[in-house]
Amino acid sequence: MAKLLQIKAISGHAGPVAGANTSRDYDVCKLIDVTTCIGCKACEVACMEWNGYPTQTTTFDNTYQTMPDTKWNYWNLIRFNEFVHEDGSLQWLMRKDQCMHCADPGCLKACPADGAIVQYANGIVDFNQANCIGCQYCVTGCPFDIPKFNPQTKKVFKCTLCSDRVSNGLEPACIKSCPTGCLHFGSKEDMKELAEKRALQLRTHTPHTNAGVYDPAGVGGTHVMYVLHDIDHPERYGGLPKNPVISAWVGLWKGPLKWAGGGGIFLGLLVAAIHFLRWGPKEAEIREDLLPPAGPEANHGD
Amino acid sequence: MATSKHAVLRTEVPSDQIMRYTWVERVCHWATAATYVYCGLSGMAFFSPYLYWLVIPLGGGSTARFWHPALGLAFVAFIFWMGIMWKNDFKFIPEDYEWNRKVMFYITNQDEKMPPQARFDAGQKVFFFVMIATAVVLPLTGIVMWFPEYVPRSIHWLLPVMVFFHSVAALVSVGMIIIHVYMGTVIVPGSWRAITLGYVSRGWAMLHHALWYRKMTRGEERK
Repeated sequence: MAKLLQIKAISGHAGPVAGANTSRDYDVCKLIDVTTCIGCKACEVACMEWNGYPTQTTTFDNTYQTMPDTKWNYWNLIRFNEFVHEDGSLQWLMRKDQCMHCADPGCLKACPADGAIVQYANGIVDFNQANCIGCQYCVTGCPFDIPKFNPQTKKVFKCTLCSDRVSNGLEPACIKSCPTGCLHFGSKEDMKELAEKRALQLRTHTPHTNAGVYDPAGVGGTHVMYVLHDIDHPERYGGLPKNPVISAWVGLWKGPLKWAGGGGIFLGLLVAAIHFLRWGPKEAEIREDLLPPAGPEANHGD
Repeated sequence: MATSKHAVLRTEVPSDQIMRYTWVERVCHWATAATYVYCGLSGMAFFSPYLYWLVIPLGGGSTARFWHPALGLAFVAFIFWMGIMWKNDFKFIPEDYEWNRKVMFYITNQDEKMPPQARFDAGQKVFFFVMIATAVVLPLTGIVMWFPEYVPRSIHWLLPVMVFFHSVAALVSVGMIIIHVYMGTVIVPGSWRAITLGYVSRGWAMLHHALWYRKMTRGEERK
């Protein structure tokens, strides 16, 4: 089971990853069927309990939502949204919000600290606070606004997909607590099949003829997937982005600029070294036989 | 009676030397330099994983992250102090344009073809104004990187844009610093002594800053 935590990528790491591509284990995936979520928040409690965080003061905003956003010590939040359709009918949308565990994680791409963010071959993207320096570049890279900063310890936290449970053969705490079975956990392949089956069922047997599976390609797919009533409007579920991508600026910064900058510094030092060897220092020598350089009388810089 | 030798502490600048920088000017330069070096090294560490090892002498990643923005602000304050202190010396004069046009002669050590220069040569002035420009861009882009937790979620898209331009400005300034340090330490012998002890030889002053030399020695009796 320890093989489930085979490392796939490490943040801020100069060299290749030791032992990459040596695991043939399944990757893992959480499937959230929002159409059967009842908003009971058992998953919120289980998350808090398993990870040892205190109960939070709730904020009332005319919905059942616990608080406006996830926190550094509150990783799992059901977002409650009331959507009024054109015909006046009301739809009550609930979405369990947490880290999506992207296959192409923007947080990891942006992170400068060696080993602060680790992506396991099973798909889990995990923060290692021992190596985190608190710069919050991960916030810059994440298209879902998930990483949250603890101002006391100056470290960033987020959902671990219960890597500590998964590596011991257990399902994540939220999955275990779900009373309706809207949360599923298994290999990505199996979860995809299950999700597609459920979406088809919704399209065929319910008015949700546009039901679909949320597994955004812009971040290489995610290891947390949703079944949504209307796949064309994920933003109705508390701002789930329709086509999440890592900002192009992160790509420019970590791609061309990194190479141009590093190369430029190296080239600058090289040119300086060659210049020194070719021309060398400017030694002054006072010669009585020569006139001083021509120029106007010294009336400048007074 | 035997003559006894006796030494006293020298209090005047030797006659073959000229005072170039007062102690206050040197303090200003080195305060700017020290804060810059910390920010430059830590910044390069945050910029590329290949340079992350640079945080080790700076106290580690978390420590470097803590000090980088604070010392950055100190650097900005010091460089503006420097600009105010030397505002007359940084004014461009006609010879500077000629110096810039002929800079290739300077690079290839044909200094006899260069026009005479005032207290700072045109290259030093250009260097200062580029550094001032980056010292404006760096804190403006850096402020959101310092406190991203206070940036509202709706404008999170701004964060990577700011990081990008912060990096561009920093790289420009690092490029300038490489030239500055290279020239000050190896290319112009005597400069290091000028900025640490304060004075230079007459030959140094005549060669590199002829106009300034004439001004400094105007009251002296000509030989």
